[in-house]
Amino acid sequence: MSLARIAAALAAGSMFGFGLALSGMLDPARVRGFLDVFGAWDPSLAFVLAGAVAVASIGTWIRRRLTRPAFDRDFHLPRQTRIDSRLVTGAAIFGVGWGMAGLCPGPALTSLTLGLPPTVLFVLAMLAGMLAHDRLPRRSSS
Amino acid sequence: MSGYLPSLLGGMLIGVAVAMLMLLNGRIAGISGIAAGLLRRPDRRMAEDLAFVGGLLLGPLGFLLAFGAWPLVRIEGSLPVLALAGILVGFGSRLGSGCTSGHGVAGLARLSPRSIAAVLVFLATAILTVSLMRSFGS
Repeated sequence: MSLARIAAALAAGSMFGFGLALSGMLDPARVRGFLDVFGAWDPSLAFVLAGAVAVASIGTWIRRRLTRPAFDRDFHLPRQTRIDSRLVTGAAIFGVGWGMAGLCPGPALTSLTLGLPPTVLFVLAMLAGMLAHDRLPRRSSS
Repeated sequence: MSGYLPSLLGGMLIGVAVAMLMLLNGRIAGISGIAAGLLRRPDRRMAEDLAFVGGLLLGPLGFLLAFGAWPLVRIEGSLPVLALAGILVGFGSRLGSGCTSGHGVAGLARLSPRSIAAVLVFLATAILTVSLMRSFGS
């Protein structure tokens, strides 16, 4: 049972990583070109999101017709539904960092395989940022 | 590898991966959540999370085998800028409960209002950031 889950995760991760490499998402210069809407805009990466969401939507359609996933008792979906200030603030901060570097978590981790020191630095800083959020005492949120 | 078709096909493979993880293991393929989970103390999900991240790392190797070259990676920006960007990406993705994968792909695919809001917000601030950095010449 557990081995099946591990194999499924490995297969999904490999597919995800290869998809990122094929799509051009590993190239921070190209990601920033996609985000440079008011400059020399390169819209091609919109096709990554469109292709990914279209196929994942088929997954959603199938999920709604199943009572449980193959290797678990339940589907684990987020219970939170409210658009609160944490979500908006977090997304805003994330976007600034994404724009600055042209790297988000998936491509950053995936391109570690290329062993480039700037990517390694980015990933270490990213993990530090995650730890800072998860370990620091949390103020009450609205 | 540049252009629309590889981007579309790559995106579709990402969609397959997201669907697979949900239909097989019942989980959302949110990379910031999985990475942050690995930073916490070991739990029963650790092995599969490590397998998923290990799979991600195999992606560029698969690309090398298929096309005979590493994928193009052009990193702009000084090391201090990258370090600050990394901290913002890590902190922001945790505070906002997701990043481009969890909100951007998985969330949009199930039409989650929270994910739609998150994607609009992070696209807006990322576009603004790139525009500002270009106008200030960096």
